[in-house]
Amino acid sequence: MRHIHPMNHDSYDDSYISGILDGVKTIAMAGASANDVRPSYFVMKYLLNKGFSVIPVNPGQAGGQILGQDVCAKLSDIPVAIDMVDVFRNSSAIPGIVDEVLALDPLPKVVWMQLGVRHDEAAVRLEEKGIQVVMNRCPKIEYGRLSGEIGWTGVNSGVLSSKRPVMRQGFQSFGIRQK
Amino acid sequence: MSQKIPGFSTLAIHAGAKPDPATGARITPIYQTTGYVFDDADHAASLFGLKAFGNIYTRIMNPTQAVLEERIAALEGGTAALATASGHSAQHLIFHTIMRPGENFVAARKLYGGSINQFGHAFQNYGWEVRWGDVNDVSTFESQIDDKTRAIFIESLANPGGEFVDIEAIGNIARKHGLPLIVDNTLATPYLVRPLEHGADIIVHSLTKFIGGHGNSMGGMIVDGGTFDWSKSGNYPMLSEPRPEYGGVVLHETFGNFAFAIACRVLGLRDIGPAISPFNAFQILTGCETLPLRMQRHCDNAITVAGWLSNHPKVAWVSYPGLAGDKNHALQKRYSPRGAGAVFTFGLKGGYEAGVKLVEGLELFSHLANLGDTRSLVIHPASTTHRQLTDEQKIAAGAGPDTVRLSIGIEDSNDIVADLEQALAKV
Repeated sequence: MRHIHPMNHDSYDDSYISGILDGVKTIAMAGASANDVRPSYFVMKYLLNKGFSVIPVNPGQAGGQILGQDVCAKLSDIPVAIDMVDVFRNSSAIPGIVDEVLALDPLPKVVWMQLGVRHDEAAVRLEEKGIQVVMNRCPKIEYGRLSGEIGWTGVNSGVLSSKRPVMRQGFQSFGIRQK
Repeated sequence: MSQKIPGFSTLAIHAGAKPDPATGARITPIYQTTGYVFDDADHAASLFGLKAFGNIYTRIMNPTQAVLEERIAALEGGTAALATASGHSAQHLIFHTIMRPGENFVAARKLYGGSINQFGHAFQNYGWEVRWGDVNDVSTFESQIDDKTRAIFIESLANPGGEFVDIEAIGNIARKHGLPLIVDNTLATPYLVRPLEHGADIIVHSLTKFIGGHGNSMGGMIVDGGTFDWSKSGNYPMLSEPRPEYGGVVLHETFGNFAFAIACRVLGLRDIGPAISPFNAFQILTGCETLPLRMQRHCDNAITVAGWLSNHPKVAWVSYPGLAGDKNHALQKRYSPRGAGAVFTFGLKGGYEAGVKLVEGLELFSHLANLGDTRSLVIHPASTTHRQLTDEQKIAAGAGPDTVRLSIGIEDSNDIVADLEQALAKV
């Protein structure tokens, strides 16, 4: 087992987050909702629009579709290799999710826990297997922040740049700069 | 792992302003448009449903305005901001977001006269009750809090007397009672005081004053500190309950620590409508770039002028916290070590009549109802900004009949003093 330095999960460098969002393609969304006013629905729609492949995971919705994507009952039912698991479950559900993640073959590169969700022991278990962890963040907000889109809503992105934003196809769509 | 946060002067120029992606224009363009083209019906639906970031209609957001919002949010250390047509409309949107009829808030008695009018009269029509507290006795804030109280409101540097307020002491009361502390930071600007670092939750500005700085454009700003838990008490349903305007979205749950700024925009600005003009946002952005330079010069000139006035035989008193003997000097040193601001009051031994004569005799100072301009300004509050108040309220607000208010500009200080000298000679 490789030795790693404990990761600081109180704050993340922009390069850590942009490296993850640039590097992953296929995202399993644990706790995806079919209710179109739930935050997980907002995030799934946004990530699909940015070109990610998103597979919703929700036992109550299994067999159906959310935003045109087939819903799986559990992570092990997903028929393709996944790069990242985005967890829309509360902190108490995290150890069980980690058990499921560590049983996957191949392992995902990233486990991302939503705003308000943090479980440091679970993070250590994942990091010991070489899986990158993000906690208490939202990928939609981070993508919007690092691309510059979130500034349209008056949000303090914390990013200063004299470089041209990366434009994606269509109106009002930015991408994240490759580091 | 931590990132270096750029300095204040760097943020004042760069925060929020990337080059225009389509043209390469380095200065933020004036996006003088009302609407924005959608890709397709689904894109439009996503924007209207808050599911995508982007522009819909300039009454709700505008790209020039957005740069100004991110700029001020960064300077205050907040999570997000919302620009409005004026400081008054910013206050209107803040209270619209947190108050329901029959509820109340406690505000400092010494405030900008316009705020005293807005809280005491206009807000009464909505059933929002203001209770006045004395910042020199913070127990007067706590004693008026009851189960219908929803916020505390103060100015960091009070208008017109130029007195610094003990933000931390009042913030402690707000926290103890689970209330957000709203601070008007107009006179200090974030260059002098950053109230979010002292326990404030929401900042409000009139950008018309020092931040725009050139007396040419009206504007207001709400800054969300991201510090207040809007869901804990259940008393802020605009944030904590499903909103019928958006099909049942819960704003605090969806937008986390910038939900207050979002609520002020998508519920307040959208439905009440006091949008800032893109041209005004551009003018204020330009002014903001030199805020640190101007504010220091304002303060340096003001201490020179206040010191000179305090030694003049015709001057009865000078209220400027930068003066060593001033009762407010210790609070100034604690909260605003770079300077004591540029707005202060003084009285003449000749009382009301001498004050009027002085204002009429000045040649460089402009007699008008604004402050925070590059130009030095003078006003007699009792007959103008505080005219609607009773005599008792005027004195309580620091605007008694003998009081003259100065807003010291960034001209050469010798010329400012010379103008006062020649006008005092005629009194």
